[in-house]
Amino acid sequence: MTYLKPIFRHPKLPKNKLGYTLKEYEGGISTLCAGCGHDSISATIVQACYEMDIEPHLVAKISGIGCSSKTPAYFLGNSHGFNSVHGRMPSVATGANMANKDLVYFGVSGDGDTASIGMGQFVHAIRRNLNMVYIVMNNGCYGLTKGQDSATADLGSKSKAGSINPFQPVDLASLAVELGATFVAQSFSGDKQQLVPLIKAGIQHKGLAFINVMSPCVTFNNNPGSTKSYDYVREHMQATGTLDFVPEEKPIHAEYEEGTGTTVSLHDGSEMKLHKLALNWDPEDRVSAANAIQQARMKDEILTGLLYINPVYGDLHDIINTSDTPLNTMKENTLCPGTEKLDTINAGFR
Amino acid sequence: MKEQQAIAHPQARVNDFVARFANVNGTGSASANFLFAKAIFRMGIPVTPKNIFPSNIQGLPTWYEVRVSEKGYLGRREGIDLLVAVNAQSMKQDIESVHPGGYLMYDSTKKLHTDMIRGDIHYLGIPMMEMANENYSNPRQRQLFKNIIYVGALSVLLNIEFEVLETLLKEQFAGKEKLIAPNVKALKLGMDYASKHFDYPLDFHLERRDLIKDKILVDGNTACGLGAVYGGATVMAWYPITPSTSVAEAFEKFASKYRIDPETGKKNYAVVQAEDELAAMGMVIGANWNGARSLTATSGPGVSLMNEFIGLAYFAEVPAVLIDVQRAGPSTGMPTRTQQSDITIAAYASHGDSKHPLLFPSTPKECFEMTATSFDLADRLQTPIILMTDLDLGMNDHMSDPFEWDAEKKYDRGKVFNREELEAMGRYGRYLDNEGDGIPYRTYPGTHPSKGAFTTRGTSRDEYAVYTESSEAYVRNMKRLLTKWETAKTIMPEPHLYQEENQQEIGILFFGTSTYSSEEAKDMLGEKGIHLDAIRIKAFPFGEATEAFIQSHKLVFIIEQNRDGQLRSLIINEMQTNPAKLVPVLNYDGMPITADDIASQISNYLKQKTAVAHDLSETYI
Repeated sequence: MTYLKPIFRHPKLPKNKLGYTLKEYEGGISTLCAGCGHDSISATIVQACYEMDIEPHLVAKISGIGCSSKTPAYFLGNSHGFNSVHGRMPSVATGANMANKDLVYFGVSGDGDTASIGMGQFVHAIRRNLNMVYIVMNNGCYGLTKGQDSATADLGSKSKAGSINPFQPVDLASLAVELGATFVAQSFSGDKQQLVPLIKAGIQHKGLAFINVMSPCVTFNNNPGSTKSYDYVREHMQATGTLDFVPEEKPIHAEYEEGTGTTVSLHDGSEMKLHKLALNWDPEDRVSAANAIQQARMKDEILTGLLYINPVYGDLHDIINTSDTPLNTMKENTLCPGTEKLDTINAGFR
Repeated sequence: MKEQQAIAHPQARVNDFVARFANVNGTGSASANFLFAKAIFRMGIPVTPKNIFPSNIQGLPTWYEVRVSEKGYLGRREGIDLLVAVNAQSMKQDIESVHPGGYLMYDSTKKLHTDMIRGDIHYLGIPMMEMANENYSNPRQRQLFKNIIYVGALSVLLNIEFEVLETLLKEQFAGKEKLIAPNVKALKLGMDYASKHFDYPLDFHLERRDLIKDKILVDGNTACGLGAVYGGATVMAWYPITPSTSVAEAFEKFASKYRIDPETGKKNYAVVQAEDELAAMGMVIGANWNGARSLTATSGPGVSLMNEFIGLAYFAEVPAVLIDVQRAGPSTGMPTRTQQSDITIAAYASHGDSKHPLLFPSTPKECFEMTATSFDLADRLQTPIILMTDLDLGMNDHMSDPFEWDAEKKYDRGKVFNREELEAMGRYGRYLDNEGDGIPYRTYPGTHPSKGAFTTRGTSRDEYAVYTESSEAYVRNMKRLLTKWETAKTIMPEPHLYQEENQQEIGILFFGTSTYSSEEAKDMLGEKGIHLDAIRIKAFPFGEATEAFIQSHKLVFIIEQNRDGQLRSLIINEMQTNPAKLVPVLNYDGMPITADDIASQISNYLKQKTAVAHDLSETYI
């Protein structure tokens, strides 16, 4: 099956600063089930990139295997994509990022792809603070193989067939905080208002921005008793606060509702303005972030929004001190030491 | 034990012997033993040192074997002429290993047990520990200088020039000059003792020659690391595993010297120590996909883990360079012993139909050149290239021609469309075979705002990289990959033929580290009147020259270091050769194959064939 979208564009579609319409950020037609949460997340990525005036071809989309990992074909059609192998998106993204530090990297994964087969690579991408947005489209089940429980399925969650999950879930957000991730957020595919600014902030964050998005599987895990269904997630979401992402060049002072506001400055001078709703929680304090997530879980709540941020840590390139020039642009004159040096090297082995 | 040696060694006693050092791992013996080997090299005499080491950091037995050969034979040779035994654990076994008429040098601080006395060898007792204790107070120094004392004694017994040893010590301790004097003192202690207590020189000894010329003494892993720097690699992703670890270390060492931006001090390369070999290969694929040259180095267990990713790179057509420093498998096998036993897994890595070009270097110079070349090949063929070296080549020092580099050389990045080319064309098709060689054009991410983007995937797709489950599109793609394979045959390095025209009915075929011993065996058999044509394979897929060699001989001995004759199987599989004419000559005990072993296997086979030839009315000689 090959789907092609119509190329007709309405002449009056609004354009961003680069002169692109939203359409130019879209991808191919999705082959996922109608109503799949993942498609909403794709639309959110499209929206965030459009609003941030990102050149679509300067984005690289890398994924593993599974329903979620198919989505890079359905957004940013002018970007290169890499649908790699199961659980190995982080390593492919690491290599790609090492080769060219100047692109925006989206790593798209699922709960099976990250919390089971790819757990090791997830952990190590966080350790290295790779500069990328790492999105997990988390539906608690293996959709492509017809709905088996995944490692993020909650204890006691009921499957479509009626069985109860007897295992403890892997809580990816807690784990990411514990591992020292420098940006951890959680959201819901049905909450575009929350997700768009989170993705924008994630793009701007220099380092690994981990966003765990509850994204219900309409076909296999949307039944009563499931803790990853649309109804359940909507009812149990508890936001840490509202967030506005403020690019460096045009500060916006968002209107806040009642409560305390806080501002997080990013590496390039842009700001995130947070309107805090959660109590006793400081987004720049790991311990308080970990506590907030755990306390919400104990109350059967899903804490969403930005959970933790360390804006100054530095990404993998900073850590290993690679050149400011992308490595993939270097030629012989920079890379090859030449014949004279080889003579010296030879002499050292005589 | 090996089979009875069919052919005696030539009895020349000048510059022709094997010395073995039996030490305890972690006692500083390696540098003393290397000093011994390097001194012989500096005297212009061909030398081959080999480390036979345990999978251990401290305490287990380790050996260092040095073959000296006036004729320039660089393979391992059996029959130890001189054994320096300073390890009580392995003493009995060590003494048994000495060739009749040979010498045993030992620490006579403690008297040898009568069990250790053999009537057919000479004993050279030196109270090494006693001398070290008398002259040095620091316990670590006592242990280290005991090793230098035996080198001093050997220099008298074998005629190693003192000035050469002294110069080497000065070079070794440049910047730490304080250490030179106590080392020289230890050398002299050994020299004095030997000259007072023994007749010297021994019946086999050294004489200065000019046989080294401009050759270098270096290990293959260092050469691979350097080759990657010269070949333009910028991303090295790796996971530690013996015996490949020093490839990554060498890359980093040379890169940190020659790849630092002079203005910013930042690195024009990235080294990532991955969480496992899977991740290492994933990183290599990601970096190559994004237009950087990237490599990884591993050994057999790592190749096993990389199989899925290698299949992805083959099918999605992403360049990758993998250096496989082979060791004895399967499983953990003998992790510090050598073999050529990953041929099958490397050639056919991955599920599904897939095959991969292999390179077989046999010297450090080839490790350097082939590593550098592998990036051009990977970019041109858009597929993984696997360099098949091994522990013997990778971790031992080898006398080699010096590294050479063409100052005019440009990297061949293969078929890549740039922004202008994309701008000028209609619809871009990632997998269109425009030129009929099976190789399509790729684009790097970020090249053009609206053209050239596509999704790379391990799933089936059409010529425009659009996902498809069409059987026709799948088959077209798989066939095109075979066309590419045919193209690969024309650009891989040609084999080396040892004769201009084939003259014999019987040939030998070998590759990699079996080369030195195969060449020597060819000479040994020639002296016995058994003349053989020879070919050395440098790459897979095999080209026409290899096919012609096999076709034009009645019988071809395939010499390799594994149990199952893996290269032989590959030849049978890929060239539909009649298996009956390919005779395996194998060694897989983890030690480098020897000429004696090869020669005896071949001559025994031919003797048996001749014995039955009358009945079968066919002859093989």
